Amino acid sequence: MKKNLPLLLALAALLLLGVLRYEHFASAYNANAFLRYNSMFMLISVGMAFVIITGGIDLSVGTVAALASVVAALLSPYGTVAAVLGGAVAGLLVGVLNGVIITRLKILPFITTLATSLGAHGIALLLGQNDAVSIAADSSFGAFGQGDFFGMPIPGLVAAAAAIVGWLALRSSRFGRHSLAIGGSEEASRLMGLNVDRTLIAVYAVSGLLAGLAGVILAAQFGAGQPNEGGGWELFAISAVVLGGTLLTGGEGSIAMTIAGVLLLGLVFNLLNFENGLGFVSLSAYWQSVIRGVFLLLVIVLQARVVKRHNRKSAA
Amino acid sequence: MTDELIRNDAVAPAPVAAVTVKARRRIAIQREIVVLLAMLVFNLLFTQHFWSVQTFNVNLTQVVTIVIVGIGMTLVVATGGIDLSVGASMAISGAIAPMIFMHLAGPWGIALAFVVPVLAAALCGVFNGWLVTRLAVQPIVATLVLFIAGRGIAQVITDGSLQAFDMPAFQWIALGKVGGVPFQVLLMFVLVAVFAWIVRKTLFGQFLLVTGGNERAAYLCGIPTARVKMLAYILCAALAGLAGLISISVNSSSDANVVGLGVELDAIAAVAVGGTSLMGGKAYIGGTLIGALIIQLLRYTLLAHGIPDAAALVVKAAIIIAAVYVQRRQR
Repeated sequence: MKKNLPLLLALAALLLLGVLRYEHFASAYNANAFLRYNSMFMLISVGMAFVIITGGIDLSVGTVAALASVVAALLSPYGTVAAVLGGAVAGLLVGVLNGVIITRLKILPFITTLATSLGAHGIALLLGQNDAVSIAADSSFGAFGQGDFFGMPIPGLVAAAAAIVGWLALRSSRFGRHSLAIGGSEEASRLMGLNVDRTLIAVYAVSGLLAGLAGVILAAQFGAGQPNEGGGWELFAISAVVLGGTLLTGGEGSIAMTIAGVLLLGLVFNLLNFENGLGFVSLSAYWQSVIRGVFLLLVIVLQARVVKRHNRKSAA
Repeated sequence: MTDELIRNDAVAPAPVAAVTVKARRRIAIQREIVVLLAMLVFNLLFTQHFWSVQTFNVNLTQVVTIVIVGIGMTLVVATGGIDLSVGASMAISGAIAPMIFMHLAGPWGIALAFVVPVLAAALCGVFNGWLVTRLAVQPIVATLVLFIAGRGIAQVITDGSLQAFDMPAFQWIALGKVGGVPFQVLLMFVLVAVFAWIVRKTLFGQFLLVTGGNERAAYLCGIPTARVKMLAYILCAALAGLAGLISISVNSSSDANVVGLGVELDAIAAVAVGGTSLMGGKAYIGGTLIGALIIQLLRYTLLAHGIPDAAALVVKAAIIIAAVYVQRRQR
């Protein structure tokens, strides 16, 4: 918990700043819009957290989301269910492919997912014929991204459901415990008799599936499948996971803290919009990435110090 | 090339293992050369107008920035690290250069426009190296900071606007020709030769490979591993800065949103296809050049035969997996 203090403090400070400084920050409208937009990042970050907990990395989530958005848009004339399922299955397939290449061919996750990222982008461009694919005008598919359910944005609910299931799975399911064990020591897990390959394939499949869902939301929200979207999403997700205190060496991690990381990165953007709205200073959108980088740096430096002190204590 | 291999093996832990591994690895790097030659022969036979100076120049100039960034990436990968911030370093250097030579006329302006941006990029490397060596942050995470913030810094410097210019003296680095060969291509070959020499003939090169092979053991042997890693990150960032200057010179404009976008992944792909393991302890500078050329030539071949760029991406993915798989089985 102590290791996560910097992140929680930063999050609380930003929230406080927002509530005190901007009149409409704590409004239902803002919370709604915020969740709607950041739901996609929550989904991919939950998947990324699982992958990183096993000691791997998934660079393909961004282009997988783009691919899924194109698939969903192409299937939207056949109904909402077909579009959502199609996009999710497209993501799942790429995820399974990642897992199979990593476990069977024994190629590093970094290289594998870098390659499948290129491949998924290529297929998305081929399917979309190098252009955005509009969703069917008469379908209700758009509601999946734009609609509300009991006053809550549907994509936000999807993301929240994924986060809760992921949180429970990591804490108390066999799958979650196996993931943690493999990240701690793959060799030891194998010797203990865990089916390491099957768990790893499942982990990458989950990451692909969630990326696929993010892509479906992308298509529904913006009314089109976008083959060229998703650039840099994987690094957004990785930074959210890192902010959440998950080490990239694997073996430990937290879904709740990952979500806190997503909220922090999202809040920076949200607050910047409000600040510009006040009109005192006009901070260009470019400051957004600088500020995000500074937050990442701050949390990393603080975490490094906490970890160092912790190590010194346990060594003594 | 062969010397580089032998030299790499000289640091292998057990002499007995080194002998057998050497014989195998010799084939491993030769295979990349064979693949490249096979692709050349295929193109000579089946691609129209392939045998022309223009085709060669086009293909070579396409890979210049990737190879120059890839050289630095090879050094960092050899230490067992990775540098995701090279694209951001390119953008920063590309943003600074035009501001200097557009406001400072004369040869001094041009000279400073080369020196200052590369130094600024090197400073990014110092920052990365500081995080990696001092705070013991994992390289992916450490360089992620500048990957996110660096391009933003470049955009803030230029206010996000595109700087167009026409400055032949500066752009000579990219557009100049020596005996019909573009200067940037010569520069690329010289840098590859120099760094291949550094890796296999200098103390720094040896320290680099040993540090990547087993950092703990290297440290206990008295090798200044922190300084070696720091230097690798600085060189990587400075080379990226140079690549940024070439990139803006080719385009006669500098746009912080675009310069060096995605180059980190291209460079890592070239390094991997070139036979350098991402686990560290190996550095094939020549292999990185060949890796970049294989990827570029593949794309050219597919385009020349009417296969769309999008499909070429899928083939590129397959090539990366296949190349790394084949190298893996060798070891």
